[in-house]
Order: sequence, then structure tokens, then C-alpha cells
Amino acid sequence: MADNKTIKITYREALKQAIREALLGDERVFLMGEDVGRYGGAFAVSKGLLQEFGPDRIMDVPLSESGFTGAGIGAALAGMRPIVEVMTVNFSLLAMDQIVNNAATLLHMSGGQLNVPVVIRMGCGIGRQLAAQHSHSWEPLYAHIPGLIVLSVGTHEDARGMLLSALKSPDPVVIFEYTYMLNMEAEIPAGAGAVDISKAKVRREGKDISIITYGAGVYKSLEAATELAASGIEAEVVDLRVLRPLDETTFLASVGKTHRALVVEEAWRSVGLAAEVSARITEKAFYELDAPVQRLCGVEVPIPYPKHLEDASVPQRGDIVRAVKKMIKP
Amino acid sequence: MCERAFPNHLITKSTYNQIHIPMIEFRMPSLGADMEDGTLREWKVKPGDMVHRGDIIADVETMKGIIEIEVFDEGIVEQLLIKEDEKVPVGTVMALIAPSKAEVGVKTPAPEAKAPELHPIEEKMPAAAVSVPAHEGIRASPLAKRIAAENHLDLATVHGTGEGGAITREDVEKAIAERDIKLPPRAPVAAPPAVATDSIRMAVAAAMSKSNREIPHYYLDIAIDMSKALAWLAEANRQRPVQKRLLPVVLLIKAVARSLQEFPDLNALWDNGLQRKKDINIGFVVSLRTGGLVVPAIHHADKKTLDEIMEALNDLIPRARALKLRSSELSESTITLTNLGDGGADSVFGVIYPPQVAIVGFGGITEQPFAENGMLGVRPVLRATLAGDHRATDGLTGSRFLATLKKHLQQPETL
Repeated sequence: MADNKTIKITYREALKQAIREALLGDERVFLMGEDVGRYGGAFAVSKGLLQEFGPDRIMDVPLSESGFTGAGIGAALAGMRPIVEVMTVNFSLLAMDQIVNNAATLLHMSGGQLNVPVVIRMGCGIGRQLAAQHSHSWEPLYAHIPGLIVLSVGTHEDARGMLLSALKSPDPVVIFEYTYMLNMEAEIPAGAGAVDISKAKVRREGKDISIITYGAGVYKSLEAATELAASGIEAEVVDLRVLRPLDETTFLASVGKTHRALVVEEAWRSVGLAAEVSARITEKAFYELDAPVQRLCGVEVPIPYPKHLEDASVPQRGDIVRAVKKMIKP
Repeated sequence: MCERAFPNHLITKSTYNQIHIPMIEFRMPSLGADMEDGTLREWKVKPGDMVHRGDIIADVETMKGIIEIEVFDEGIVEQLLIKEDEKVPVGTVMALIAPSKAEVGVKTPAPEAKAPELHPIEEKMPAAAVSVPAHEGIRASPLAKRIAAENHLDLATVHGTGEGGAITREDVEKAIAERDIKLPPRAPVAAPPAVATDSIRMAVAAAMSKSNREIPHYYLDIAIDMSKALAWLAEANRQRPVQKRLLPVVLLIKAVARSLQEFPDLNALWDNGLQRKKDINIGFVVSLRTGGLVVPAIHHADKKTLDEIMEALNDLIPRARALKLRSSELSESTITLTNLGDGGADSVFGVIYPPQVAIVGFGGITEQPFAENGMLGVRPVLRATLAGDHRATDGLTGSRFLATLKKHLQQPETL
């Protein structure tokens, strides 16, 4: 590309620019959610947008996840392109009936006549001392449901680009945004925009092991890979990005190259995405494996409030480094 | 596994006893004309086990090493008559097998037939009776196993450095590299026990002495231009992945098998007269790295495709070198083929392996001045020879056979 200038941007600002670009680019697009307007968003992602776009397009809604998510689905059916913000994934359980039973099934139930182009954004992640009820990782729950496209925003580049592609999708898209990353700064291309939302992405190349991860695990794994490089281990980091439908081609190719795989996620270990990825590797790349696939996941407890316990309940950089070393040099 | 666990077997067996169905007698097989006796090393079955045609039921040590013995009947092992490490003459009854119901067409009488007198057969299972076939029970990664198999490496010889001592790709690659370095000089690569190889030397000595003593040989040879065959092979191999590529010897084996179809007198045994054999089973001479040779059979070589022959070689040769052949592979050859390969002598005149009546020999393929149609050129030339048993055939038959062999090798696409 001719323009290879980069800009430094926070994750929050990247999300906001994406929403703004979407609002400017398509008049059917509007944002609805709790406190997105006058308050500027619970995490200040939509700060200033009400002033710029007015109350018809930046819509505060009552505190009723089931109600406003259903309204968003209805608007999508009626030809709009709503962005529904569910403040955090924890409250999305209240909207789950709308998402699972309406958004995900209507195309099927209507015999292909009604598609639901709604985009539902959810704040999520662990690490801000919000305690058990506000620290859920429901990515695996949503990734389980046919009819949904589930995206996980693990990098600034995707924060800037995923929403725009999601709005082009004819089918419902759930986007997970990681709130503990909101203030993190990173460099992205100055002209960054819409990104592909069908493929996983190799974020760092390596030949010794594939670290397969998503969301909050991406930067942690990249940091771990940097640390591992110092001890001569070249780890490849695969960001799944699209949790449903999973792009297995990319991670199977990676395992075919490195012959070892560690799957990292913050969600609880049992019946999670790591389990799914591990199963597919075993099914389709068994004869490429030089060691058993390993998983590094959230500890299966209600996430604790105290900082040191919260940190201990999800994989950290040091855990990833140790797990990799154990697999390569037992 | 104890008798009590399978009461039905007992009922069936005692029922057989009551109605006096003759037992099948399993005897020490003859694994070649030169074999007089064999030592039972290990039973692979125990009383009460169901056996099927082709099952390996024992390991027997002969002068040719330890051979896996197959059974050719179906039924339930009734009694083992020979103890392990006992040496018995060929033909000795080693075990009794109750024929299976299907085979004798007997209906099982109602089980209320009076309680059978149970004589629990004493089973003396030596602690180490279960032999672990290569690769089973060895902790190795799937990738390591795959690479080992592709390179004919026995994982039992590899030291694992992975988690819990598991063998990893790196371990296998190291072992292959070390093996390949050692190969050229006579390496003690996983040398089988000295006894086994000594007895092989003795077996070769006995068979060849007998041959020289009893068989009046005649010898013929022919020079064959291999340019067409090699060109065809190069083209055929271009279409194949590396593991599936064919060696020139595959063409030779198939050409010999084809030619034998036209000369059944050469595919025969001499035992008080010529006995033609219906199947064409080519005994392929495999030299052992420790000296001596074994001759496993490529069964039905005339009916196998080139790829199937290549697969058969890939299977037989490593097993032959590990002295892990089956009885049928050692005793059912109908002719022998010896192939020197490249870098050695130009031709070989073989000594017939009795009771066969012919042996075909191939030297290395070398570039030679070759005259054809009044022109002289340089061609890859193969010298094929035939040693025939003059009791069975005359030189004319042999000569026509070699001419036919030559013709087939000029039409490789038809093989």
C-alpha cells in the first residue's frame, strides 16, 4: 500500500471511530443501548456521538435487555441496520432469548424470507475487579449457536474494522469487545477500516508451536511469544477472531507447520472454544501432532474479586510461557 | 482370561467331546525342504481361544530364525500339547483344535444336556507371554509414529525425550539420521541374536548343498536393453508421490511372473517328478545385513499390479531383515528371483532352491555399447540369467523363457 503511515490509537477510540464511520456511511445505521447517548456510553465509547448525530440515531433505551434487543431485531427485520449495545456480556443473559430464539432462527423459521442484519456489541473480559457476576466469559455460549456470527475483538485493528464488516452481514453478528483493553494504545495503519470477518489470523509467525487464542488472549500470547523468543522458542500466535463459524483452515495449517498446539482462552475450560479447537485438531491434524494438544483456560470458579485471585483465575503471560516451555522442553 | 469367564465355550467344547467330532491336529509345519525340526518359542493362543484361518498361533524357531506360524483351520483351541522351548520334528502334533460349528455343520444341542464334566485345562501362561508387537504400547507422538513408519524405523529402538519419555519427531529424526550414517559399513543395526543368524547361515548351507548335490543345473543368460522400461518408469514415477514410487525391480518381478504364465514348467517343484504349481509365488532373495539371506514369497505376483508388488516389497523386506516372516511367506515360493541391484556384478547365476526347479538372476543395470539395427549406441543394459533344473526342463524352454522376459521388458506399459 502506498500509505503506510500509522497512528497511535486507544482501543476505545478505535471502537468509536468505527461506529462514527458506520453512522456516516449508511443512514440506516443507528446505535441503541443503555446510556449510549446523554451519558456517552458506560465506557465512554459513544461519547459525543449524540451531539453529532442526534437522538434518532444515538438512542438511549430503558434498562431492559430483552426489550431493547428485541426492538433492535425488529428494526433489522424492517430494513434498518441497528447496532445494539449490551453494556456488558453479563447482562446479555437477559437478552439471550431474543438472540437465540429470534435473531438466530428467523431466517430458518421463515423459510429464508426474513434475514436479521442486527449487530450486537457486548463489553466483556476479566481484569477490572468486577467480581463473579460481572466477569463472565460467554464467548463459548454464543459460539455454540447456529445462525449467529460471533466475533472477538482481540486487537486495535479489529476494534477499528470489525463493526464495519459486521454491518455488511445479512445475518446477526455478536461482537465481543474487551473493556480492560479500552485504554490500551497501539499503532494501526492511518487508513485502517473494514476488515475481513471470515478468517482467523496469524498475528505472529513461528515454527515451534501454535498458540491459538482469541480476545484477551491475543496480546498476552503475543507478549509471551516475545518472551519465548528470547529463549529460542519461536511461537506462532493464531488469533481466531471469528468464533463462529470457526476458521479451522488457518489453525490447522499452523499446526501442520509447528506440530504442537496450545489453546489459550479466558473462558472456563470445560466445553469451551479451546475444547472445540482441540477436538478439530485431533480430528483433522492428528498425524501432524508431535505432542498432545494442551489448553490453558480460565479456572473453573466464580471469578474472584481480589486482584491477585482474579489474576490467578485466568491465563497470564507467565502461564503461557511456562505451558509452552513444558510442551517443548519437558 | 479364565475359563470361568466363558461358560458357553465350555458347554460347546464338552458337547464336541461327547459327540466325538474329530479334532483338527495342528502339526509342526515344514518351512522348507531342508527343515527337519523346529523349536516352539511361544504360543500366541491358549485353550479356549477361537482361531481363524491365517491367524498367527505360535512362534517357532527354525534354522531360518523365528517364524510366525499361521493356522489354516477355524475352531477353538482345545489343548496345547507342546510346551514352550520344546524342540520337535516336522509333523509332530502340537495342538488340538475343535472345528468350529459352521465347519462341521453340527447343531449345538440344547444346553440342558447333562452337566459336562469340566476338566479345567491347566493354563500355564508365562508372565512374559504377551509379546508386544512393534509400536504398540510405545509412547510416541502421532507425528513421530508416522515419520518412523515412513522411514521403516523401529520405534522400540528410539529413546524418547518428550513428556513422560514420549518419542517426539526430533527423537525419530535423530534416530533416522544416526541409522543412515551407520548404514554403509556393516552396521550392527538392531542385530538379531547371534544364534538366529548362525542358524540362517546353516540353513543356507544345507539348502545350497542339497541343491548342488541333487540338481543338475543348466545356465542361460541374455542381455536386455532397459531404455524403454526405465523411461516408462521415470514417467510413471513422476505421477506418483515419493512414497509410492516404483523401483526397477518391480518391473522385473512382474515381467518374470508374466513370463512364467507361458512357461508353467518353470513354475514348479520337483518331487519324484515335475509338479506344476497353479499360483505364481515369486521368492525374492533378501540379504540380511548380518550375512545370510531369506527368501520371502511375493504371492500371486502375476495377478498383482506394479503398485501392489511395490507395497509387498515395502512390507516384506523390513520384516525379512527383522526375521519376522510368516510361515506361508517362507514355504510357498514356486520360483526364486535374485536381484543384485546397482553397483555390483553384471550378472548372477543362481543356485536353485530345492524343491524349486528354476532361479532367475538379475545383475546391475549398466550402460553398455549396444548394437541394434546395424547401429551402435549406449544403452542401459540388464543381464538376466536363468538356472534351470535339467531334470525338469531343457535349455530350450529356459531360452524361450528368457526371450519372453526380454519381450515383456520392452513393453513396460503392459506390465
